[in-house]
Amino acid sequence: MPGEYRLSFERPIYELEARIEKLQKIKTPEAERDVRLMRRDLVELKKRTYSNLKPWETVEVARCPERPLTDDYLALCFDEFVELHGDKFFGDDRAIRTGWAKIDRFKVMVVGHQKGRDYKQRIACNYGCAHPEGYRKAIGKMQMAAKYGMPVICFIDTPGAYPGIAAEERGQAQVIASAMFEMSRLPTPIICVVIGEGGSGGALGIGVGDRVAMLEHAYYSVISPEGCAGILWKSHEYKEQAAKALRMTSKDLIKLGVIDEVIKEPDGGAHRDHHLTASRMGMFLRNTLRELVEIPKDALVEQRYQRFRRMGAFIENGHLVGQCLYDPGAVQAVPAPHAEVAERVDV
Amino acid sequence: MAADAQREAGISDTGSLKNMIRRPKRGVPEGLWQRCPGCQATIFRKEAERRQGVCPECDYHWYVSARERIGQVLDEGTFEEWDADLEPTDPLEFFDKKAYSQRLKAEQARTGLKDAAVVGTGMIRARRVAFGVTDSSFIMGSMGSVVGEKLTRLIERATEQHLPLIIISGSGGGARMHEGVLSLMQMAKVSAALARYDQAGGLFISVLTNPTMGGVAASFASLGDLVFAEPKALIGFAGPRTIKATIHIELPKGFQTSEFLLEHGFVDRIVRRPDLKSEIARAIDYCGK
Repeated sequence: MPGEYRLSFERPIYELEARIEKLQKIKTPEAERDVRLMRRDLVELKKRTYSNLKPWETVEVARCPERPLTDDYLALCFDEFVELHGDKFFGDDRAIRTGWAKIDRFKVMVVGHQKGRDYKQRIACNYGCAHPEGYRKAIGKMQMAAKYGMPVICFIDTPGAYPGIAAEERGQAQVIASAMFEMSRLPTPIICVVIGEGGSGGALGIGVGDRVAMLEHAYYSVISPEGCAGILWKSHEYKEQAAKALRMTSKDLIKLGVIDEVIKEPDGGAHRDHHLTASRMGMFLRNTLRELVEIPKDALVEQRYQRFRRMGAFIENGHLVGQCLYDPGAVQAVPAPHAEVAERVDV
Repeated sequence: MAADAQREAGISDTGSLKNMIRRPKRGVPEGLWQRCPGCQATIFRKEAERRQGVCPECDYHWYVSARERIGQVLDEGTFEEWDADLEPTDPLEFFDKKAYSQRLKAEQARTGLKDAAVVGTGMIRARRVAFGVTDSSFIMGSMGSVVGEKLTRLIERATEQHLPLIIISGSGGGARMHEGVLSLMQMAKVSAALARYDQAGGLFISVLTNPTMGGVAASFASLGDLVFAEPKALIGFAGPRTIKATIHIELPKGFQTSEFLLEHGFVDRIVRRPDLKSEIARAIDYCGK
């Protein structure tokens, strides 16, 4: 779906598309043959461009305003969505939407960041940056889901939790901490998918799940590349280097074990084909739900604990523990000795 | 988020650190006198040390190292360190102006610590506790894999041995950028361990000191059954600079201080450093079974 928004590195794609459009108007057999050939080239070009995205280009794709948002998945993957508002304490944050939905034979609770499609919506949603009431609403609805045996599905798409005076006054730090704390022990299956931007604590606040997946060209990072560049290079202009250094793409994160699955995007990115993206998303969700609902609740919570317990990389007694992106070479990876400790603590 | 806090604290705190540790004093023997970062008064170092790093003039709480903290809070000679052999690595081969591995070596040489956290067990007025502290001078006290792992093991041992848990955080850096998303995941890991500790009925006292920001504030530091804060510490989620850059207005005076948090309901008590030990002991007695 060609729209108004243009990604800089996609220029050759747009140019080819424009040429095809022009040629299509000429109704001669030669022109038609050329169009056919050029269409084939276009598919190749999209494939080639998107299989070699630089980290910063991935960030651009993840932020593309035409990319499918939580709302789109709600419309395309689910049979019904019944929105439930409010944190029963302060307000109803539009940056996080929560509600019941049906998919396959499952009744689920969907929690997702919402960025908004047009200007008006984006202002209402703060561009997907949630306030404390948003996370409090998310916790509340998830706990309700657990009470009635519903699995939880989280769509993560935020530049980060909102940085503002009101957010600090209402305990942004405390509420994000509580959200992780509660999610880690929630006795119901939780599936998280990073669909666009996985911005730091704001993303992780609804990101503690049994399975964490990511769309191919989404990113998930401890800090935005601009923020990192500003601190370490003292200038936002180094955002491309920062994006590379932070290893925030799905390719790297699956190697690190931070995500379990990468959902492939259509050639040329999710923004070119919402339906195909949503159908792959739907397939992933249904398969994962079928698998997770079979696991007894205690085992599920235990597995979730161990999933996050394994995260990290460090050296203990000269041995590398955890997963690294570099080749450990001399230092041999050994199973984490803490696994034993963790088992004993199990209550 | 985390990192922005890193910068914030970097500016406020390294400034004060430099004042205290590195800048040579002109005219007087080095280290004999110190300038208070709070009131700029020149203070006799011995006097400040006797007062546990609290300025006698303005009550400003100076930076104290993890080792000094242990001496101040735990009974003398009772501290037994756990997991001292954990060392950081460079999982992403992170490189900004210099390689993270180089940065680590430099920080280790400068501070004498392997990473920003020291954990173990000890006594507080003869009550055994599990005790952890983060040192804000090691890469801004930020949480990478080692800090996350050490704290998680501390919490797991506290659960197993039914010990009260005390964590003193001095972490301007939040989650450590140099270990990327692995640092972010430490927030979930430590919080999950605390959830189990909570379920097992443990008492967790979190002590916030200057500065506690970003991913540290947004994980274990905020999850105490009791949250204590030292006076006038900088505590918050997003750094003041980011907030200013986002909303383009002047921030109110006293924003993101301990007193601000107390007023808004996120801190149980503001505790002066000399009173910390007795306050913790009393809390343990109230909550003991």
